[in-house]
Amino acid sequence: MSTEPAAGNQAASSGSSGDESLEAPIRNTPPVSDWTTDYDIFDEEYVTDPVPIWNDLREQCPIAHTERWGGSWLPTRHADLQALAKIVPALSSTDPLVVSLPEDMVEQEEEEIPVGFGAPPITADPPLHGWTRKMILPTFAPKAVEAYRPYTEELCHSLIDGFVAEGRCDAAEQYAQQIPPRVIAHLLGIDPDKADDFTMWVRGVLEFGLYDPKLRVKYRDIIRDFLFAEVLARAAEPRDDKLSEYLAMDIPDGLEVDRVGLVVGLANLLLVAGIDTTWSSIGSALFHFGSHPEDRHRLAADHSLFPTAIEEMLRYYSPVTMARVALEDVPYDGVTFHEGDKVLMNFPAANHDPEVFDDADKILIDRQRNRHIAFGSGIHRCAGSNLARLEMDIALRVWFDRIPEFELADPDGVAWAGGQVRGPRVLPMAFPPGQPR
Amino acid sequence: MRIRIDEEKCQGHNRCYALAPELVDVDDMGTAHVLNGGVVPEELAEKAQLIVDNCPEYAIEIVDG
Repeated sequence: MSTEPAAGNQAASSGSSGDESLEAPIRNTPPVSDWTTDYDIFDEEYVTDPVPIWNDLREQCPIAHTERWGGSWLPTRHADLQALAKIVPALSSTDPLVVSLPEDMVEQEEEEIPVGFGAPPITADPPLHGWTRKMILPTFAPKAVEAYRPYTEELCHSLIDGFVAEGRCDAAEQYAQQIPPRVIAHLLGIDPDKADDFTMWVRGVLEFGLYDPKLRVKYRDIIRDFLFAEVLARAAEPRDDKLSEYLAMDIPDGLEVDRVGLVVGLANLLLVAGIDTTWSSIGSALFHFGSHPEDRHRLAADHSLFPTAIEEMLRYYSPVTMARVALEDVPYDGVTFHEGDKVLMNFPAANHDPEVFDDADKILIDRQRNRHIAFGSGIHRCAGSNLARLEMDIALRVWFDRIPEFELADPDGVAWAGGQVRGPRVLPMAFPPGQPR
Repeated sequence: MRIRIDEEKCQGHNRCYALAPELVDVDDMGTAHVLNGGVVPEELAEKAQLIVDNCPEYAIEIVDG
């Protein structure tokens, strides 16, 4: 299957001239004629409110197909996502972005990038997957991530100090977006003041870069070069941080890989997978409570609801769609994923399946039974899920403590991004002005 | 009442540990293990059902005995 963007979808390469700013490339996407055969994950309707589209697809055509963006399949049922996640490695994770690079750019990647680069384990199949996953899982065990609580709490308070007296802010740009890159930088032992750069780089890969391959490669390379320098510095002189810890780990027998390249790959995963995703979840939750005063009042009055409310935000506003690529023809439930086909792991749609969730399209912040798969399913369950939950918990609790009364200042001014990672990118919020600490 | 965790199915979502640390623990890899041989005290029966119903991998079941 061709990996060239479909005619009419050719992205312009604006916004990639310098490192100081990043603008969305222009897309001229034709309207969707039939969602079952011609869906577009970048369509404005899909990005802004995908739930009705998923519900229609689940009824009419639970595994939809499109030729757009190189072609892909889109499952929408919870049971199918669970089953497809277990077809390993025939449905491979070696190309997990929802739009593949054009073939000529992939060849370039293989020549230029040393063995080990990528972002294992998210970009790996067994056995590389298991080996690299074991290296990083202890960092993100439930008890281990508690080590990042004090830093995260102080960070959230200091961000609010910066805008609380104004009585308004962009809760995406000034709050949600600022938290995960700093926590990840802190974890890795990298300068947290590079947070805005990280955010821009990651958006360059995962957001705008999805439909602009040149932009994606540019920012992928910037991240690679930056991380190489950081890892090399620690190889020369170890520090008390995770990068140094990973460098010192034994490389398992059979894993023939350059140590520095491997650690650059792991750092790449932590940076790229840990920023847009968590930021999107925090932003979506603030969007919800800023537009649903009854839920906001209820949570503000009863903080014991935070755990179920956070799981419900994760379910309803699940940010992440990953992709698999078929390494061989894979027949599944009446369709065949042909070798080279992409399958979009639509975990967000699974989380609206009425077969699994009572009142699936209602947001119930005290939902007790919530078997959501916002962090995926199977062997690629998000390795950082416990840290993501910790960040969400702290970000929301600190916000509610400091700013219990708030609402969207301009509902029409909210802007969503989607495709790989869905969440609000502009979120104008208004509240009674408060005092910095 | 007892619970059983299928450690092959468990992928370390840690929902059970978050909901019922009295009944399960998790190791460094995130894999869940039952505490106390899986025996559920009567007052925790509802929590046991809750972790069964929240496991994304259908890895926990309630067994007799």
